Amino acid sequence: MSEAAIADALEARRRLDGPGRKPALLCYVTAVAWLLVGTVFGDYASLLFQYPDLGTSWPALTFGRIRPAHLNAMIYGWSSLAMIGTSLWLVPRLVHTPLRWPSLAMLGGVVWNVGLVLGLWLLLAGRSDGLEWLELDRFFSDPFLVIGGGLVGASILRTLLAGRPKHLYVAVWYIAASFVWFPIIFVTGNLTSFRGVEHAAVNWFYAHNALGFWLTSISLGAIYYFIPKILGRPIHSYQLSLLGFWALAFFYALNGMHHLVGGPLPSWMITTSIVASVMMVIPVAAVAVNHHMTMVGRFTALRYSPTLRFVVLGAMAYTAVSLQGIFTALTEINRITHFTHWTIAHSHVGVYAFVTMVMFGSMYYVVPRLAGREWPSARLIAWHFWLVLIGIAVYVVALTIGGVVQGLALLDPKQPFQASVDVTKPWLLVRSLSAVVLTVGHLIFAWHLFRVLRAGAEPVVFLPWYRARPIRVDEERA
Amino acid sequence: MSRMWLLLLGATATMTFALVVLVVVPNAMLESIPAPPELRAYSQAEAEGRALYVSLGCIYCHTQQVRDPNFTTDADRGWGRPSVPSDYVYDFPHQLGTMRTGPDLINVGARLPDRQWHLLHLYQPRIVAPWSLMPSFPFLFGWKPAGEAQGEIVRLPPGSGREGQVLIASPEAQHLVDYLLSLNRTYPPSLPEAGQEAAP
Repeated sequence: MSEAAIADALEARRRLDGPGRKPALLCYVTAVAWLLVGTVFGDYASLLFQYPDLGTSWPALTFGRIRPAHLNAMIYGWSSLAMIGTSLWLVPRLVHTPLRWPSLAMLGGVVWNVGLVLGLWLLLAGRSDGLEWLELDRFFSDPFLVIGGGLVGASILRTLLAGRPKHLYVAVWYIAASFVWFPIIFVTGNLTSFRGVEHAAVNWFYAHNALGFWLTSISLGAIYYFIPKILGRPIHSYQLSLLGFWALAFFYALNGMHHLVGGPLPSWMITTSIVASVMMVIPVAAVAVNHHMTMVGRFTALRYSPTLRFVVLGAMAYTAVSLQGIFTALTEINRITHFTHWTIAHSHVGVYAFVTMVMFGSMYYVVPRLAGREWPSARLIAWHFWLVLIGIAVYVVALTIGGVVQGLALLDPKQPFQASVDVTKPWLLVRSLSAVVLTVGHLIFAWHLFRVLRAGAEPVVFLPWYRARPIRVDEERA
Repeated sequence: MSRMWLLLLGATATMTFALVVLVVVPNAMLESIPAPPELRAYSQAEAEGRALYVSLGCIYCHTQQVRDPNFTTDADRGWGRPSVPSDYVYDFPHQLGTMRTGPDLINVGARLPDRQWHLLHLYQPRIVAPWSLMPSFPFLFGWKPAGEAQGEIVRLPPGSGREGQVLIASPEAQHLVDYLLSLNRTYPPSLPEAGQEAAP
């Protein structure tokens, strides 16, 4: 390739990234702000298990308000905004056309954030819709999310329809479909025409699908992009990605009622969800084999690319959390683990070890291309990686064990209820310690992001891969 | 761009299918279930107490459902008979819950009918259960000089009170206890669900 051709290729990419730069950066920066806010809420909620009388003079600081504040800050703040930011950058690259209606996307990001600030404020002040994952106020917060998300979605869908790629790559399927799925489930979940057990069914229809058709689908789209992109190698099998996508679309949507196993719903609903949960083995295996076969023989590349490290770890966690979810839906496991800390551990494998890791990886790749500057310190990236990896591993192991011993104590009616509380206490203490490690990791990441975006950092020069000196993440860049 | 439209339509179709199976059909089946004669609608005070239960996020540690005895021991703990859909006809938002850091509450009014116990427990759970992890809710109570106290007095055990003062339950605390005491689904389950087959 001649110098001129390379310069042209780089210029073409700059033109693709240009219009989406501001909205994507807005989403990324606010996402990391929410990550820090959500971390503080999470730390505080965890600490309340060691010091239940901490701050109880203030209603806003009671566990029952801090815990949903943590969840909502992490889901609608950190994860959603990080995924929207990634989508705003990725979609133009995937369909080879610049982002359309970027000012709508920008406005959408602002509106989404305003709605979230209002919703969390109201939640801490005592106004909750009272449904898990749907606590944000349906009058003063949710409409902002619907409009904000709609504006971003309009910009992304317009770009998708304007693009003329020769081939519609699998990452596009996941991202495009997510922006259709999410509004359907979010609006359904917030309807007020349900009572009693129907309301519970709608609640878990939403909450489970928010994982499957928003967090999971966009994160899988990102994995499908970054692994082949960084390795410079096509995805293992087109047929497998087709199977994985449509099997997920069909089976995942029917999973929600496994959150109510043994509960007062008509049993055919719960049976349907258990069967659909077991069938999830098809898309999970298809995606796992596809990702792994693309990686195989290239694992040494993990040393050179921070993005690949985080994304591959996230892909592995996706397989793990899905298999764990299938087992948890089985009655024999569920009778022990339902209603225990096992579920909290499971959700953190999903939202943290999978989604959050993939988003960290995405940001390591995308931010330099948006900012025009390279991450200043390989050492900080390494610190971030190891702290969050060790933190989440300890978190999950501790709470999983805590959940099992809690569940076994609950299942033995000869033991008083007190026993089921006492056995969890050491594991809850370990969880709080792991939270400290995660918090340090998040602070390092936020500080590093601040340094990239601050003017004066080293401008980035993107060389074609065969000319770039490999950068090892375990050495400080000269 | 027909492939893109095909993708978007297909995605909408799978979601619509799930929506029909898990939301529309159950809604049609369940919306007409009659309230059991023994279950009355919440009074004004109980409804306010329930709103406070929601607002304080009690659901994050307490369920309101007794599960199938074929594979759980919920009933053996004295928490009541398995819950049925008609037990919840007055509940909005539902509070079935997913976590048992604390015990199930669907029959707490029958299991613990002592009003004073509940007031004391809300004021400081560790007075009645030293091992408890439940938050205390001191902001639902107020100290008043013993002579001019009006309202519902909380009887504290010796050593946990204040000299010359009494602890008064706020109207909010009273409503919350009204709600907790109303939680009682010990009547026989309505007939249509009585023979409900067990979940697998």
